[in-house]
Amino acid sequence: MKGRITRRAFLKEAGLLTAAAALPLGLVNVAWGKKPTDRFTFAYISDCHITQIRGTEFVANFDKGLQRAVLELSFLDPQPDFVVFGGDLAQLGKVAELEHGLEMLKGVTLPIKWVIGEHDYYLDLGEYWQKHISPLHYSFDHKGVHFVVLNSILTDDDWTHNRWPTAEERMHQMARLDNPHGSPFMVKREQLAWLKQDLAKIPRTTPLIVLSHSPLYKIFKPWNFWTDDAEAVQAQLKQFRSVKVFHGHVHQVLYNQLGPITFNAFMATAWPWPYPVTYSQLPNKVPELTVFMNRADPFKERDGTGWGSVQVADGLVHHYELWENSPRTVRSPGAGKRPEDTVYQDPAKRIPPQTHY
Amino acid sequence: MAMRALLAALLGLAVTFGSLAVARADEFTKDDLKKWNDAFTAVRQEGEKVFHSSTLGKNSVSCDMCHPHAANTHPETYPKFQKQLGKVVGLRDMINWCIQNPLQGTPLALDDPQLIALEAYITWERRGVKLAPGKH
Repeated sequence: MKGRITRRAFLKEAGLLTAAAALPLGLVNVAWGKKPTDRFTFAYISDCHITQIRGTEFVANFDKGLQRAVLELSFLDPQPDFVVFGGDLAQLGKVAELEHGLEMLKGVTLPIKWVIGEHDYYLDLGEYWQKHISPLHYSFDHKGVHFVVLNSILTDDDWTHNRWPTAEERMHQMARLDNPHGSPFMVKREQLAWLKQDLAKIPRTTPLIVLSHSPLYKIFKPWNFWTDDAEAVQAQLKQFRSVKVFHGHVHQVLYNQLGPITFNAFMATAWPWPYPVTYSQLPNKVPELTVFMNRADPFKERDGTGWGSVQVADGLVHHYELWENSPRTVRSPGAGKRPEDTVYQDPAKRIPPQTHY
Repeated sequence: MAMRALLAALLGLAVTFGSLAVARADEFTKDDLKKWNDAFTAVRQEGEKVFHSSTLGKNSVSCDMCHPHAANTHPETYPKFQKQLGKVVGLRDMINWCIQNPLQGTPLALDDPQLIALEAYITWERRGVKLAPGKH
C-alpha cells in the first residue's frame, strides 16, 4: 500500500488483499479508534491437530495445513500486529506433537497469543503448555482494545481425575468428538472469578475481544460444540457495549449474535467438520444466523479448511474464502443489527449445494 | 392294492407337508428375529469399533475424525455417480477411497467383514432418512 489512505480505503484494500492470497488462516482488521495509529490487524490460525504416527513421522496432510498458514502469513502486507493461535496444536497432546507444531510455527516472526485447546491439554493437564508456551488464561490491551483469553475446555474434576486409568486414556477419550463418555467443556468458577476481577478495571465503553477455543455458547452437546457455563461468561461480557468472541474448535463457518456479543468461528488448518444437523439421530441446532459452508469435497485435500478475514470497524465484516466453494461474507447491516450473510441469508437465494447433504 | 398305494402316497404327502409347515418362511419365530437382530447388532457394533480405530489405515487417522457419528457420509445417496471417480459407485468404493487417501491404508476386499461392518454402522447412523440413490 502506498502513502496515506483513508480508513475506508484501508479496509477495502486489506479485504481485497486477503481475498487474493487464499490463506488457511484468519486475518482480523481492528479499526475502532479514529486515529490511523489505532488501526491494527491480527491474524488467527487454529486447529492444526499435528499428529505423530511414530518417531519423527507425522500425518503429512495436517503438517501441510499449518506449513501453508505459516508461509502465507509471511506474505501478508501489511503484516499483522500479532497472531492468535486458537488451540489444538496437537492431536493427542504429546510433547513430540507440540514441539513439531512449535517448530513449524518458528516461521512466524510476529508475537503469538496462545489459546489452549482440549487436544493440547488432556494428556498432562496443561503442564507443558504452561511451562513452554503460555498461561492458560490471561488478558492484554492493544491499541485501546481489551483482549481476554479464556481456557474454555475445562471439565468436571471427576471426569478429569477419577474416570480413566491413565493420562493417555483420558486424552484418547477427550480426543473422540462423538464419544458417548465425553464431558462438556466449562470455564469454571475460578476463572469466572478471575474474569470478573479483570473486567472490573475496564470502562464499559472499551471494545472487548474475547478469544476462546470452544464457542462460548451452546450448539451441540454430543460433539462438545458446547460450553456448559457459557451463560455465566456471557452475563459478564454483556455489560460491555461491543464484544467480539473469536473461537476455533468447530472446524467450520459459524456465526451468532447474543445481545451485544458477536461470535465468529474460524476454520481449521487440519480438516473440516460437518454441521451437527447432518447427524439425523439426535435433535440439534446451529445458530439461525449461520449460513452453512458447502460440504467439503473429500477429493480436495484442503477443501473446507479455508481461511477467514474479519474487519471489526463500525460493524463487523467476516469474510470466508472457501476452497472450491463460493466465498461468504457476513456483515452487520447497521450499528446494533445482527450480522447477516450478504448473499445467502435468504433461503430462496441459496444455491443448491448449500442445502443438500 | 391301488387304493392302498394311493392312501400311502397321500399319507406320505401329509407327513411331508406337515414337516415342511414348520419351516415355512413366513412363520419365523421370535427366536429367529432375535438371532438375526443380534447378528446385525454385533456387526454394527464391530463397525463402530472399526470406524473409530486408528489402525484401519497406516497413519493413525480414523474415520470418525472427519465424520463424527458417521455424519456427512450420506449412505442413502449410494450408488451414485462419484464425479471424482468418473463412474457410478457404491458406498464401499467411497469407504475404500477414504481408507486409501486420508487414512493412507490398503483398500479392503469388497467382501471383507470389516467393510460390511463399516457399512452396517454408517447406514445405521442414517436410519430413517429417506433413500435417495444417485442424489448429490
